[in-house]
Amino acid sequence: MAKVIVVTSGKGGVGKTTSTAALGAALAQRGEKTVVIDFDVGLRNLDLVMGAERRVVYDLVNVIQGDAKLPQALIRDKRVETLFLLPASQTRDKDALTTEGVETVMETLKRHFDWIICDSPAGIERGATLAMRHADAAVIVTNPEVSSVRDSDRIIGLLDSKTLKAENGERMEKHLLLTRYDPVRAARGDMLKVDDVLEILSIPLLGIIPESMEVLRASNLGTPVTLADKSSAPALAYEQAARRLAGEIIPVTIPGERRSILAKMFGRRAA
Amino acid sequence: MSLFTFFNRKGSAPAARERLQILLAHERVNIGGQSDLVTLLREEILAVVAKHVTIDPEKVTVTMDRGDNVSTLEVDIEIPLHAEKKKAA
Repeated sequence: MAKVIVVTSGKGGVGKTTSTAALGAALAQRGEKTVVIDFDVGLRNLDLVMGAERRVVYDLVNVIQGDAKLPQALIRDKRVETLFLLPASQTRDKDALTTEGVETVMETLKRHFDWIICDSPAGIERGATLAMRHADAAVIVTNPEVSSVRDSDRIIGLLDSKTLKAENGERMEKHLLLTRYDPVRAARGDMLKVDDVLEILSIPLLGIIPESMEVLRASNLGTPVTLADKSSAPALAYEQAARRLAGEIIPVTIPGERRSILAKMFGRRAA
Repeated sequence: MSLFTFFNRKGSAPAARERLQILLAHERVNIGGQSDLVTLLREEILAVVAKHVTIDPEKVTVTMDRGDNVSTLEVDIEIPLHAEKKKAA
């Protein structure tokens, strides 16, 4: 049976699309059939981050409106054969997504895939609530920064009230993915600490993705970070996060903590 | 980062620039309300075939590749031997 994951945050620009592509590719590389869906109708970008922008024929709205069948709209990844993309429409607006239409698409996908990863648009409007509606679990992407943490808290509230799980009185599984974590600033004491964010949001930690040039490089090239330089710090962090999502128990290491004694000494002196 | 990639690094920005130029050239045509040529051809080709035989949407595969100088459109339609021939309207 498929597991439906929503990647959400409330705030824009924190790394939802990057994380969707990276986690989706990492899960697919385990040999599990994975589809990543872009819910950002009108402002799609998952196709670009996945490097499939030139191959989009039909999109989610075409399928919902009956202009195309679901298999025709799915784009198979050229690098990982168990990875698929369902792009959003670029020319319609968000009202083109209907609750019933999304439900039909999700029910069909559940019969054919192991993982369905929904890339939520920013905000708390229709696209965002429809992206989270069918989720079994949520990945809340948060930057260690005040406005992002606040918006994440708001999204957690919506996950506990506006989803099918919540309406059926079930518990939504929630995971925190801390992105753009900068070990140098953290050591200097200028960034919210991992423990601070965890304490405020009180949801379990899925992973910490360090701020890295590799993320920008990968999106420039249209390659999910986990398929680009696999030995890079963000690729390893995403790969481990994907394994935790699949139920493996792997302790989370905080980036930069290994060389921490010197860093802390200098960090404290500077502060 | 391996040594190989270290010495072969000329930056990813040129690739990003090229991808964006191709993508936007195709998208700007679309925003005006009408479809770009590849989309228009796709729809009309399917319409012409549908005029003569009943197409099973499950048996149609369409692939496109929007390129810089050349785009490709591939329409793959399975037409059964005993397909019902529609009467011309």
